[in-house]
Amino acid sequence: MLPALPLVAAGRISRDAPALYKAGPSTTGRRVELHDFIQIVELSLGVSFTATAIATAISLPLGCGLAVFAFPGRRLIVVLTNAFFGLPPVVVGLILYLALSRSGPLGFFEMLFTPGAMVIAQAVLATPIITALIHRASERAWARYGDHLISDGASRLQAIPQILAIIRADIITAVLAGFGRTVSEVGAVILVGGNIRGLTRTMTTTIALQTSQGDLSLALALGAVLVGISISISATVFALAGHARTAGSDEK
Amino acid sequence: MKLLRMTLVLLAAAISTGPLSAADQSIVLASTTSVEASGLLAAILPQFTAKTGITVNVVAQGTGKAIDTARRGDADLLLVHDPEAEQQFMNEGHGATRRQIAWNDFIVVGPAEDPARVRGGNDSVAALKAIASAQAAFVSRGDKSGTNAAELRLWKQAGQSPDALAKEKWYRDIGGGMGQALNAASAMSAYTLSDRGTWLSFNNKGPLVIAIEGDPRLLNRYDVIELDPQKHAGAKLAAAKTFADWLVSPDGQQAIGAFQVGGQKLFVPSAAAPK
Repeated sequence: MLPALPLVAAGRISRDAPALYKAGPSTTGRRVELHDFIQIVELSLGVSFTATAIATAISLPLGCGLAVFAFPGRRLIVVLTNAFFGLPPVVVGLILYLALSRSGPLGFFEMLFTPGAMVIAQAVLATPIITALIHRASERAWARYGDHLISDGASRLQAIPQILAIIRADIITAVLAGFGRTVSEVGAVILVGGNIRGLTRTMTTTIALQTSQGDLSLALALGAVLVGISISISATVFALAGHARTAGSDEK
Repeated sequence: MKLLRMTLVLLAAAISTGPLSAADQSIVLASTTSVEASGLLAAILPQFTAKTGITVNVVAQGTGKAIDTARRGDADLLLVHDPEAEQQFMNEGHGATRRQIAWNDFIVVGPAEDPARVRGGNDSVAALKAIASAQAAFVSRGDKSGTNAAELRLWKQAGQSPDALAKEKWYRDIGGGMGQALNAASAMSAYTLSDRGTWLSFNNKGPLVIAIEGDPRLLNRYDVIELDPQKHAGAKLAAAKTFADWLVSPDGQQAIGAFQVGGQKLFVPSAAAPK
């Protein structure tokens, strides 16, 4: 016998009262305390906002440029962009994990298991979505106003900001779709972030962790918060966009 | 406002070389789900950080994945529980030192109605034989974790190879962490092998109770492994050594021993025990 008598005895007690056990808050460090919770929400939103901002900065010129400029291979890029709508987050996470690993090609950045790695992963996921949506809207606007803009003496490059101004309502939809993708995904951030407490733990990875600890009600509560935050952000942006449209309506 | 600042900080982090600069005293500890999920690390790390100023960032994975993370050079220190995989890691020359810090034990848990009639005994191998002949549902981690490795060693002693088990309908390989396995076993009224720490702090036991415990073959030892400076020159080995030394020091051992869940000790400090 191994000298496990105290443990065995302890196990017997737990066997007799299996359902009575509840994790005490002070001993386990497992409860999500309020300041932890605020930090988790801040990190989630901070990472997703940053990733969406980067993706938008890439997508605006790219999506519009694909509509305005005609060049060989354009069709292929458009098809790929639309195909990457359904890019599995876990695949993106895995590829970035291997690339950012100290033994990988980008290892010298030392970014694996940092918020920066999560930003990159989410930006990769959001860019095709925002680009594709902006491309579609730009295509429509270009078909309608393109000749008019060019005959006014604008070059195709100069037409891009004007097209973007015309489709600004669609841009909001595109950015929100991208943000929704980033804030809700778990497969990529848990791989490249590592779900480190206080550093890379987001709302979605916390939900995964709580579920794995059998705290289903706490996981569900966090899920409700996540959904609530997503809805309020969308509502706020739409309200602001509505104002902007009313205010700018006399320009047309 | 705070959010905006956070966003800017993250943006800077994304552009520069990441927030972990050389001045930063933080290490990445690749560890197992059992020491993280049980709450052990969350309980003892603040004491270490208060004393040394070193932050320990825990990436909790199954032992197989944790060892692989360290092998790639993405961790500064390892805390795992699979003696065979650890020995292989040492043989490959990745590890510098390997020290035992604590132990606890595995248990076989199963549904209270006990379809395989194994409850109450302490012979884990006999129990697995009975589960196999009753074709009672059994959940396997299937994730190359330390617990998964221990489970497969026990099945081998019970005369079952992993290949043969994979063909059985009652043997359910879920490919997940300990908590996921317990969730699955709870939902399917299946048997499974668990470490005691995760079991005690798990909150969704459902019909599950302890079926087998106290078998010497169920010993579960945890080791801290420092990395080889030649193979892992990029790792923060000095800070990692400080933490490894603290774990086996009287202070660290006392902290491990003092950790309790629901009044029960989960880990027995054993740095001084004969190996």
